[in-house]
Amino acid sequence: MNWDSKHKKTVYILSAVLMVDFIYLLISGGTDYIERIIIGIAINIILALGLNLFSGLTGLFSLGHVGFMALGAYISSILTLPLQTKNANLPDLPGWLAHVQLPFFPALILAALVTMGIAFLIGIPLMRLIGPYVSVATMGFLVITQVVLTNWDTFTRGARTFAGVPAYTSWWNAWLWALFVLYVVLRLKFSSFGRSMRASRDNTIAAESIGIPIVQSRLLAFCISAFITAIGGALWAHFIRAFSPKSFYFAQTFSVITMVIIGGLGSVRGSLAGVVFVTVISEILRNLERGITLGVITIPPMYGSSQVIMALILILMIVFKPTGFFGETEWKARDVIRFFKGFFSIISKGNNGGH
Amino acid sequence: MLKIEDLHIYYGHVHALKGITLEIQDGELVALLGPNGAGKSTTLMGISGIVSLRSGTIQYDGMDISKKDPQEIVELGIIHSPEGRRIFGNLSVLENLRMGAVRRRDKSSLKKDMEEVFSLFPILEKRQHQAGGTLSGGEQQMLAIGRALIAKPRLLMLDEPSLGLAPLVVKEIFTVIKGLHEKGVTILLVEQNARQALRIADRSYLLETGSIALTGTKAEMANNPEIEKIYLSRADEGSVQNAT
Amino acid sequence: MQLEYLVQQIINSVSIGSLYALMAIGLAMVFGILRLINFAHGDLIMVGSYATLLLNTLGLPFWIAALLGILISGLAGVVMERVAYRPIRGASDVAMLLTSFAVTIFLENLAVMIFRATSRPFASPVILSQVVKFGGIRVSSLSLISIGITLVLLVLLTIFVKRTETGISLRATSQDLIAARLMGINVNRIIVTAFIIGSVLAGVVGVLWSARVGKIDPLMGFQPVLKAFVGSVVGGLGSIPGAILGGYLLGIMEILLQALLPSNLAPYRDAFVFIILIILLLFRPNGILGTTAKEKI
Repeated sequence: MNWDSKHKKTVYILSAVLMVDFIYLLISGGTDYIERIIIGIAINIILALGLNLFSGLTGLFSLGHVGFMALGAYISSILTLPLQTKNANLPDLPGWLAHVQLPFFPALILAALVTMGIAFLIGIPLMRLIGPYVSVATMGFLVITQVVLTNWDTFTRGARTFAGVPAYTSWWNAWLWALFVLYVVLRLKFSSFGRSMRASRDNTIAAESIGIPIVQSRLLAFCISAFITAIGGALWAHFIRAFSPKSFYFAQTFSVITMVIIGGLGSVRGSLAGVVFVTVISEILRNLERGITLGVITIPPMYGSSQVIMALILILMIVFKPTGFFGETEWKARDVIRFFKGFFSIISKGNNGGH
Repeated sequence: MLKIEDLHIYYGHVHALKGITLEIQDGELVALLGPNGAGKSTTLMGISGIVSLRSGTIQYDGMDISKKDPQEIVELGIIHSPEGRRIFGNLSVLENLRMGAVRRRDKSSLKKDMEEVFSLFPILEKRQHQAGGTLSGGEQQMLAIGRALIAKPRLLMLDEPSLGLAPLVVKEIFTVIKGLHEKGVTILLVEQNARQALRIADRSYLLETGSIALTGTKAEMANNPEIEKIYLSRADEGSVQNAT
Repeated sequence: MQLEYLVQQIINSVSIGSLYALMAIGLAMVFGILRLINFAHGDLIMVGSYATLLLNTLGLPFWIAALLGILISGLAGVVMERVAYRPIRGASDVAMLLTSFAVTIFLENLAVMIFRATSRPFASPVILSQVVKFGGIRVSSLSLISIGITLVLLVLLTIFVKRTETGISLRATSQDLIAARLMGINVNRIIVTAFIIGSVLAGVVGVLWSARVGKIDPLMGFQPVLKAFVGSVVGGLGSIPGAILGGYLLGIMEILLQALLPSNLAPYRDAFVFIILIILLLFRPNGILGTTAKEKI
């Protein structure tokens, strides 16, 4: 679809209106609200990049990544739960788990490693499959995770809310992780591994004929992206502090997918843009759900409408700009580093009074 | 009958056809030759309306058909038997032939037409209830031609009928094509196997990376050393002079 | 005692399998031609059920309401194709998958907005809730009717795809879209036909499923479509016989697991179903009757 100047103008005006509305929301929400948004964006970036990494490298689309998020969330929460809460809420935990309480970082890493191990196990059969079958099979994984989480009461409290998770996530450690993940993903994409994977994803037979081990490469990408997604899940758990298995099902999957697609599958900066875009729009829509009065016009509360509109936006996006905002274009790791160098130099110049 | 002028076709950013001009008269057998990737199949896809044109015109009996749907092109009697046969593997031979008649207004003579195809290709009659995918390469090519014939073509376009077939089978196929030509069917034949094509074609065009490099009548092409130079340099094929 | 139980369970699994098979056929037809995994197919069940309920409440006798409800499902499918899927024709598999995902989220939340998330009772005529006895075997009339209707529909479908020109064209288009276009087959018309058939079948499933469960809610199509997917994948994505086989296999597997699993593992039944699916895909990555055409590169 060709974007002529008239289209572009409408888009700019619309964006300006949305930004103004969003800033209004931020201001009226106060610093707590702003902090929540910022942490939310960081976590979503991690989740989006996790999925993006896998899809970008393999050309496959996983519908089950939120399952990894769930595993990361539950495992790290179980490990970090204060002992009193743990014994109250999860009375039947096996001895060693019931008595352990880890600090945040080890719990995070452990949760991510276990998740990666599970990803490895299910990846072995899954990575042999072809395109649409992988999507359906990973969706199967999501359902399996859901069923297990909902029924394995001793570990998860089943369908009931899992609460009392310590609030370890803060804006700085969330962003530290986000930046770390960003760095890892960019380096991977532009490593020789990343390049050969991207080259081979459209033509697996040709790739295999020159010796690229397709299944193993896919498995590696799957595991790394699972690790990343688990980190995101754990951070989310320690941010939101209470959740249930339903938090990690299709609604969340849709949310992450929308961010990745709107930004542009395969593009890292696209994922970043997609996260910001979806966050802004969701917040605005969520407030609109309560109904607003604009002078004489009253829009009544319509719960569920934000999902409907989000779905519509995604559909429109796919119809008109299927490659998302940034399509396949990319930053190079160099550019990111240069950006940060420039950023820091400006800050330090400021401190030195402009010299 | 068919007149193509200055046709440009793009695949995304790739300029596949760079302004080709060619012409086919009623009753002629015209060969479109050229190496792999020259744009021969693209030309046929453009005529059939499957691929859209960037610029240029295609005229059929004086009518501009460049904007028409594939269905309309078929209704006009321009029938395309594609590269690689592309018969319907899950369908039986009989069903495949029936698919050729989809766009025909008058299907009353369908049975007779099928019998004609069977007399041309007796092996198809023998295998009429078998799935298309179980046929050999040569049989599939016969089925593809048969399917095209059922559509009662005024202009029959064949894309690389010799592809992947044993020399003996190729000979058989070309005998059939020659026979059709003699019966008066207008044929546009795309081939990499220049030798066989030049033997039976009234006129030929040589396509090279999207443009017409050479054109001539049967006699002209036979005596043209350019042909040999360009891509007939395989020793075992023999020279073009021997073809006539 | 054992034999009666066995027969009951067999009939049960065949009846559930019939519903899965009908759903899977719709998915298979659309996938075969467009390579689109239509998640929103499940919502057509929901549309048909709500339409039937509304018309019934408005006074129409049940069977008329059901028939109209099924037709409305068909219509919804056509609209879905025209509005959401035709504009993205030719897009990548991923884009199409996601669009169908978005469509299902859209429809489900729209239904929640209109009908509220809570379920409503679905009144069905007495004939559907009878218990039929022969010998020592007790079988619900609904099961028998489901099986009966499915068999009739399957016969009609088979006649359609084997004897009619449109049906053969549909099989041809499913095999090779370009070749079909070259033959002059009106591919748009064929696609709409596939959607109509699939959606009507979904509507039938909607009525039968709702009668079985006794209530409907906006998210009711979700579980069935997941299961139908499993069935379709197991049988071979894109193949109609595969869909039928897969649907029945799934029904049998479900009932079998339900009967065999120890009570503490019973709630994990769906997880086991999916695990078996994944294991099966390991051995037959293209499904049991998987499409013979090699995946296009």
